[in-house]
Amino acid sequence: MKAKAFQPIYTSITALTKATVSLKAKNVQYDELAWVDGRTAQVIKVDGDQVSLQVFSGTEGLGTNAEVIFSGAAPTLNLSPLLAGRYFNAFGQPIDHKDEVKGKKQALKGSTVNPVRRQLPSELLATGIAGIDLNNTLVTGQKIPFFADPDQPYNQVLAEVAMRAETDRIILGGMGISHDDFLMFKNSFAESGASDKIISYINTSEDPPLERLLIPDQVCTTAEYFAYEKNEKVLVLLTDMTLYADALAIVSNKMDQIPSKDSMPGSLYSDLARIYEKAVQFPEGGSITIIAVTTLNDGDITHAIPDNTGYITEGQLYLKRDPDTGLTVIDPFRSLSRLKQNVIGVKTREDHPQVMNTMVRLYADAAEARSKKENGFDLNEYDQRCLDFAKDYARDLLDVEINIGIDEMLDRGWHLMSKYFKPFELGLKQQLIDNYWPN
Amino acid sequence: MTKGKIKGITSNLLQIEVDGPVAQNEICYVQQDQKELMAEVIKINGNIAYAQLFEAGTGLQFGNEVRFSGELLEVWLGPGILSRNYDGLQNDLEAMPGTFIQSGEQSPALDLKAQYHFKPLATVGKKYRAGDFLGEVMEQHLSHKIMVPFKLKGELELIRINEEGDYAVADEMAQLKDEEGNIHSVLMYQKWPVKWPIKAYQDKLRPGEIFQTGLRVIDSLNPMAIGGTAYIPGAFGTGKTVLQQAIAKNNQADVVILVACGERANEVVEIFHSFPNLEDIRTGRKLKEKTTIVCNTSNMPVAAREASVYVGMTMAEYYRSMGHKVLLLADSTSRWAQALREMSNRMEELPGTDAFPVELPAVIANFYSRAGIVELNNGEFGSVTFLGTVSPAGGNFKEPVTESTAKVARCFYALSQKRADAKRYPAIDPLQSYSRYLDYPEFQKFSAETLESTWVEKVQRAKEILSKGIEARDQISILGDDSVPIDYHEDFWKSELIDFAFIQQDSFDDIDMNSSLERQSFVLNRVLEVSDRAIEFADFNEVSRFYKQLINLFKQMNYSEFQSEAFQGFNRQLDEQFEKTLAHES
Repeated sequence: MKAKAFQPIYTSITALTKATVSLKAKNVQYDELAWVDGRTAQVIKVDGDQVSLQVFSGTEGLGTNAEVIFSGAAPTLNLSPLLAGRYFNAFGQPIDHKDEVKGKKQALKGSTVNPVRRQLPSELLATGIAGIDLNNTLVTGQKIPFFADPDQPYNQVLAEVAMRAETDRIILGGMGISHDDFLMFKNSFAESGASDKIISYINTSEDPPLERLLIPDQVCTTAEYFAYEKNEKVLVLLTDMTLYADALAIVSNKMDQIPSKDSMPGSLYSDLARIYEKAVQFPEGGSITIIAVTTLNDGDITHAIPDNTGYITEGQLYLKRDPDTGLTVIDPFRSLSRLKQNVIGVKTREDHPQVMNTMVRLYADAAEARSKKENGFDLNEYDQRCLDFAKDYARDLLDVEINIGIDEMLDRGWHLMSKYFKPFELGLKQQLIDNYWPN
Repeated sequence: MTKGKIKGITSNLLQIEVDGPVAQNEICYVQQDQKELMAEVIKINGNIAYAQLFEAGTGLQFGNEVRFSGELLEVWLGPGILSRNYDGLQNDLEAMPGTFIQSGEQSPALDLKAQYHFKPLATVGKKYRAGDFLGEVMEQHLSHKIMVPFKLKGELELIRINEEGDYAVADEMAQLKDEEGNIHSVLMYQKWPVKWPIKAYQDKLRPGEIFQTGLRVIDSLNPMAIGGTAYIPGAFGTGKTVLQQAIAKNNQADVVILVACGERANEVVEIFHSFPNLEDIRTGRKLKEKTTIVCNTSNMPVAAREASVYVGMTMAEYYRSMGHKVLLLADSTSRWAQALREMSNRMEELPGTDAFPVELPAVIANFYSRAGIVELNNGEFGSVTFLGTVSPAGGNFKEPVTESTAKVARCFYALSQKRADAKRYPAIDPLQSYSRYLDYPEFQKFSAETLESTWVEKVQRAKEILSKGIEARDQISILGDDSVPIDYHEDFWKSELIDFAFIQQDSFDDIDMNSSLERQSFVLNRVLEVSDRAIEFADFNEVSRFYKQLINLFKQMNYSEFQSEAFQGFNRQLDEQFEKTLAHES
């Protein structure tokens, strides 16, 4: 970030806010990267010769005589296979005490994939978790968030999913995550022995909030490099997108923009879509799958952040505590994977759709029986069987700790159903019963 | 031509200092390196023009040169539009070479060298007006009329026309002389500004005929009319897009224009993937042949979202002018409204409700009003039927886009989360939804002539049974099965019968997925007739058993070819069921 020869250094800032500085400057480009007293900044407005810069780390202590240097270009990232196994901050600088990575320079805000060049996502992405693989099957090229309450172990589950998913590359974008969670990710990556396929861009809650605005672009640009140029199956993890959106709101507020719903900027939908739509299946085989975390305020999904997210993503996953066993499970009722019909029963065993639906229905019957019991009504014999089934279902299948293949999940499903029910109670296709009902 | 220089940049809003006259909505091109980026003037103040760039503004700088085109945003209208996939500015996506769309990349909307077989339909020496047919070519088995260009005014004399034969799209087909003696050349294509409705017709009429979608809950209970307007609002996950795509597949239109505006790219990919293989139920040809897709997904330039719906509408009006029945689908109009909001915000205009621009209701009303059925100059009829989806924030219908749309759209299809959860598809709530066309005398006349004289009353009667069923169900669930009179159970099961036998439809079954009007009227009559028969039941268990049997028979009928032997067999069994039950009573 040194000034090149003959590059002007400006030293007269005319206006300062908590997040921005303004000055007179010439030949400045929109979105250009700059440094204000060494702090990274970006051009967000040009008005005649007046230029406004957003200073990512905040403007505390900056004087009106601070030195401003322009880089001459929008932010770029060095792309190279050597990124693998490394940890970076929001500016792409190493935070693992190793050298900077040299490589091909690539602008951060990449181009859009031509929709007619996209492939229909239809390759199964197995995680070993029945709440996902069985009930809400994911495919490569999909984008899906966890909608989680702050007290839920969403980052642990996310790390677990990432470690188990069959992918070539994992790219983690941490935005405002706690330092403890950052170390948790780091440790579980190290323990898995797969840390050389992981690349992390981390902004923790200790870092200035505006810096996290750069994380998704760093992550997605890196993902596109490995998926498109190296034909790899890339899994992107973004946590926590709510804190990213909060940072967007700060900038728009400092820019005197009129807020729309929930004090969020009017462009929130487009801002989020730009990131999530990076999920893609390329015809050459590479893909980007995005699993994100959106934390909720008190489970409120009508808030602008989860609401806009829901319109963009292809489904959503909810964590919940199973009422009988206390285990953490993926909620079979509210969770949804919109792309699952591209694979279930087609790429997986023929009995998958029916077994899945039947067991979820039985789990729903159990929930009803439970509320019946809580309201003081007597349970009939069917209710009791449903409750017993639900307990086993949670323990043998839904528990996120369990790691088994889909065929095994289906076999366990048949076993549980036959343990508590007769075929006629389930309404399964006769042909499936003939083939799979355990004797 | 006017030239300008960039003075200011905020995201994709440019301030341009100009050296000459500029028009509102004029298209200009910003020079950047070897590229030209397209922008549209949206406000002028003194010698400063404000323009929205149809790209991201990254890399632009103070002083970049701008060339003004003197034209508004126009679409190319001519043979070759059908089965093409366009972006929001009518660039042909297939014609773009790379995997990624580069900034400033453009591709021609039509293949000007493509040859079509032209047949003249007009006589030299006669007078013609804008929109009159001069000749026709076949575009994918659809008669594509070559018309007097819409921009020409008054009466024009045909002074020359090509003989029948093969010509390229860019060739001159005819020459016309206007009232002042100027000669105008007519090519196989013409251009037209998207924001102006094409009005080359005599009259706009009140819609009255049913626009068939093959879905019973729409066609019979809440019919859309040919040339009518409808909207589907719904929170995420209620199935708006799925329903719209089902309608795109099973309709009676000659031309379908699908605008994917600010929605998921993978949804469009699915259409790209499935439409070339699906059959058009009316002609048996591939669906793709009559479909044009305008696709501006959520990660494509926000400013082009507005353009995309207008591009779609203008192409729809073009085919309407040829006397075709056009269906225009837009998913979702909320994304377009959000794009308007973003720009209005950047221009620092005083906001209306939820920060949307104050003119939003007027913009939406104007757009919906471009749909309609028209009588052409030659007495033929053409229509644009429009169906838009709305994505209300938080699923709350009390928001500006939903409210403004409700005022102009004549049909409303409410998607019910409850029905979706209970797997009762299509998840359209039959009672909350409405069609204003049911009240139109034009519609009543049409249904009386083509279906039966008391059709509208029968539809109302079915709805009454449904609403009575809901009341009965509420009473039963509060008081318990045993504590209500048996009539309540009968009311409830009669409404279930209509729901299962008539409203629910299996979109995965080749026969049930699409029901003809004749068939719909047959089933509705049968259901009503059955529920009118009086039966004495001993207890409520008997009621449910009886109606479940009826439901099963109706479902089997729905799965059988209309009037086939199997169909009539199940139909006979319905009567036998009654006889059995009555015999059992006595």
